[in-house]
Amino acid sequence: MNIPADLKYTASHEWIRSEADGTLAVGITDHAQESLGDLVFIELPEKGRRVAANEACAVVESVKAASDIYAPVAGEILAVNSALVDAPEKVNADAYASWLFKLKPANAADVAKLLDAAAYTAVVGKG
Amino acid sequence: MLKQTALNAVHRAAGAKMVDFGGWEMPLAYGSQMEEHHAVRRDAGMFDVSHMLPVDLSGAGSRDFLRYALANNVDKLKLSGKALYSCLLRPDGGVLDDLIVYFLAEDSFRIVVNAATADKDLAWFRKLIGERSPNLRLAPRRDLAMIAVQGPHARERVWVALPESRAATEALRPFVAASFADCFIARTGYTGEDGFEVLLPASRAAELWAALAASGVKPCGLGARDTLRLEAGMNLYGQDMDETTTPLESGLAWTVDLVTERDFVGKGALLAQHASRQLDGLLLLDKGGVLRSHQRVHSELGEGEITSGTFSPTLGASIALARLPAGVPLGATVRVAVRDKQLAARVVKPPFVRNGKALIS
Repeated sequence: MNIPADLKYTASHEWIRSEADGTLAVGITDHAQESLGDLVFIELPEKGRRVAANEACAVVESVKAASDIYAPVAGEILAVNSALVDAPEKVNADAYASWLFKLKPANAADVAKLLDAAAYTAVVGKG
Repeated sequence: MLKQTALNAVHRAAGAKMVDFGGWEMPLAYGSQMEEHHAVRRDAGMFDVSHMLPVDLSGAGSRDFLRYALANNVDKLKLSGKALYSCLLRPDGGVLDDLIVYFLAEDSFRIVVNAATADKDLAWFRKLIGERSPNLRLAPRRDLAMIAVQGPHARERVWVALPESRAATEALRPFVAASFADCFIARTGYTGEDGFEVLLPASRAAELWAALAASGVKPCGLGARDTLRLEAGMNLYGQDMDETTTPLESGLAWTVDLVTERDFVGKGALLAQHASRQLDGLLLLDKGGVLRSHQRVHSELGEGEITSGTFSPTLGASIALARLPAGVPLGATVRVAVRDKQLAARVVKPPFVRNGKALIS
């Protein structure tokens, strides 16, 4: 299973990367893309939207199913990866290179509460 | 405990994602469902459909019995091997199952029914036989496996994998089957492409599967099977029709013979029915999601519901079958509730795709 050690995770299968500018890049894990299968639709949040932790703020749909994507921590949406809207299959090809949105956390310390790779591996292992 | 086909270990060894389908553990996909779909449209793919049940009916009066038991008319079957699609109805017109019946000889027919409904169908047939033709024999054939090989190059790949089948099947026309040795090969399918469905002893299924794979046929799972059949405008039992709907409300009026004098189970109910609902195709016009079963549809004539919806890999758009109020015209624009949005869709006549070509745009 592909779970990079340098990222943070949520139990709802988002990955989070801390960027140099203090923002958080958020995507879905390799396990999530594999479970969903071929993605065919992605809906991204509006830039500037303020979201609470665990608030649904994006949607990915595969041939099989639709799945909400949740904000890992509270904050403001600073950027969205619009290129994915026309090419959702990029998420299947490389989930960790395909961030969906970038979030400015309301409280930088919240990031420490997210799962590390070992804890997420345990989540996936439990199914 | 899920039931397993003779190919279960083969699917697992290939890394297939296995799911519960009507009580059977079946492959959903081996990798990309989308690639499996395209393989069938462009080249050749194969499906393990051994969960479906072949049932052999034999004895004097078999045709008379089926003339009464099935909604479609087996009198259409004159050539040995010829297949007919039919609904099996309750007396009130509700659909018990949909099936294919093959005419082998006057006293011998082969019926292939769906997996999840097989026990119910057998009990129903036995009850009818007991009432009308107790001399008939009904033999479920769980000893057979069934592999559907579908796509523009499917038949030639079967001839490579099973060379001895060529002579018996080269001249087969669509919707006709031939027997040879211990195999039964029908030029039928559930994808909208040319191809064969091969029935053979379960003990030989893995060997044929391997030979087909070696000849370049791509293993495909239920996921691709569903997008292919929906593009082909074919109903799925339990989803697009069931015991609470009649064929007339399910886009299947063409399979019901109400013209001849023949009596059959459900005929009275169908003649008396003023169908208030119809099954149509939908093509999603707006961006904003994917059509799925159970989404509500708003038309000018009232509410309806999607029965099957998906993303069509061939069209690159979302498509669906929907049960709508009777009278909604082809070409009408309706609104579908997709999550928190009302998306526009056009009412179209299925199929969406046949033989690799888009029929709807």
